[in-house]
Amino acid sequence: MGKICVSSPFSEEAVLELKAGDSLLISGSILVARDAAHRRLVELLAKGHDLPVNLTGQTLYYMGPSPARPGAVIGACGPTTSRRMDRYTVPLLEQGLKVMIGKGERSADIKRAIIKHQSVYLVTLGGAGALLGECVKKAETICYPELGAEAIMRLEVEEFPAFVAYDCRGGDLFEQERTKYHHMCKD
Amino acid sequence: MMIILFRLPVGKIESRRLLVNPPVRMLKSNLMTMREIDVIAAEKAVAGLCQKANFELGADVIKALQDSLGKEQSAIGREVLKSLLDNADKSLNKRVPLCQDCGAAVVFVEIGQDVHITGGNLSDAIERGVKKGYSEGYLRKSMVSRPFSERVNTGDNTPPVIHYDIVPGDHLRIVVMPKGGGAENTSRVSMLSPGDGEQGIIDVVEETVRGAGGAPCPPLIVGIGIGGTLEKAAIMAKKALMRPVGQPGPDPELVILEEKILNRLNCLGIGPLGMGGSSTALAVHILAFPCHMASLPVAVNLQCHSARHAEVVL
Repeated sequence: MGKICVSSPFSEEAVLELKAGDSLLISGSILVARDAAHRRLVELLAKGHDLPVNLTGQTLYYMGPSPARPGAVIGACGPTTSRRMDRYTVPLLEQGLKVMIGKGERSADIKRAIIKHQSVYLVTLGGAGALLGECVKKAETICYPELGAEAIMRLEVEEFPAFVAYDCRGGDLFEQERTKYHHMCKD
Repeated sequence: MMIILFRLPVGKIESRRLLVNPPVRMLKSNLMTMREIDVIAAEKAVAGLCQKANFELGADVIKALQDSLGKEQSAIGREVLKSLLDNADKSLNKRVPLCQDCGAAVVFVEIGQDVHITGGNLSDAIERGVKKGYSEGYLRKSMVSRPFSERVNTGDNTPPVIHYDIVPGDHLRIVVMPKGGGAENTSRVSMLSPGDGEQGIIDVVEETVRGAGGAPCPPLIVGIGIGGTLEKAAIMAKKALMRPVGQPGPDPELVILEEKILNRLNCLGIGPLGMGGSSTALAVHILAFPCHMASLPVAVNLQCHSARHAEVVL
């Protein structure tokens, strides 16, 4: 399967070119946040405050790593379930967030918001945390260290694998692939 | 007169008290034959099992993933399955957890009735074992204190969720099952009506797996508890996950139902990690129990492909 090498943060043109089903290898910088950090960010926005991290044009990975062993960059670092972030996502897209990485399907509202904001949702290898850890070359906590595994981090990654799940034209990897293999069962 | 006075106190209450005594005396006379197990042994065992489970995917699961790879129709699905096998290899060799979600520590304990636990409280010892295993193994601590308010991380992945069973014999069997949030969140208990029957059960499982999609990290092992009560069904569903993949259950009726459901699930098209394909489930494991004439409880506990559990018999 052909792989497309992309750099992160993604350029606007690069995001527009992505199609559901594309297999990517991402190199560059990505931000990391999951439930607790999302909640804090959205609460700040609701109060009219600035965010402690600039999301404009950024890539956000839904992940909470296991601790790094001494001398290691990071522990296991696979994706967490994206749909839990759905309730917080629209305000972040409004802040300019461009690329989200996680696992599993998202709500119809988020699919529409992705089209509206010309952004993209990627999925990576759920439950392959040890493998994905090898793609991380640098990891630093940049915000909310008290949240531990739920802190906001910045990672430098090399050839981090991901698939385009929802593209900015409404393309849906899950729908298009599952249709091919869904069939009536012979009991 | 005297006879009547003596009879009065020896009523039903007195005779009930007398009944309590014989079992206590029997226990004392048999004490010499009971095997003593110190809680320190349980603590050490649990610490080791937490790490073993998180670093070493079972041979049965690896074989099931390899078999799926051979049968998978989707190219993306095959690529995903290869990555999962590669991940298991890396985890084993580098002692990096299979998954960053090292789970809530679910612990099943079978206590032989001829075992005498010494040296302290067994539940406390298991908790110390979890704390030690997760901290020394660089495993992620995922437990938060208050479920809906503060949600502050407890810092050591305690408390574990412990289930005890008393069984015949003089052994102590401990199973540690790190259970990730993604698959647990998509599990459910349904209280069906008896009239829903077998078809109702199949439909509930199919709806659960379809609704879960890619979130629980398929290919799944689907644990199903049928019958009993609400909590009995849920515990059976979780216990069913401990059966080695590929080992048929003892009840022929359930074996047939397991095959039927597995076939149905693998026709859904969900595939590895939900990205399409024919490998949505590796196995379906069912446990059943008699139930009330008004009820048909069905619990479905989804287990991700990183099906982690490790056990020891002391």
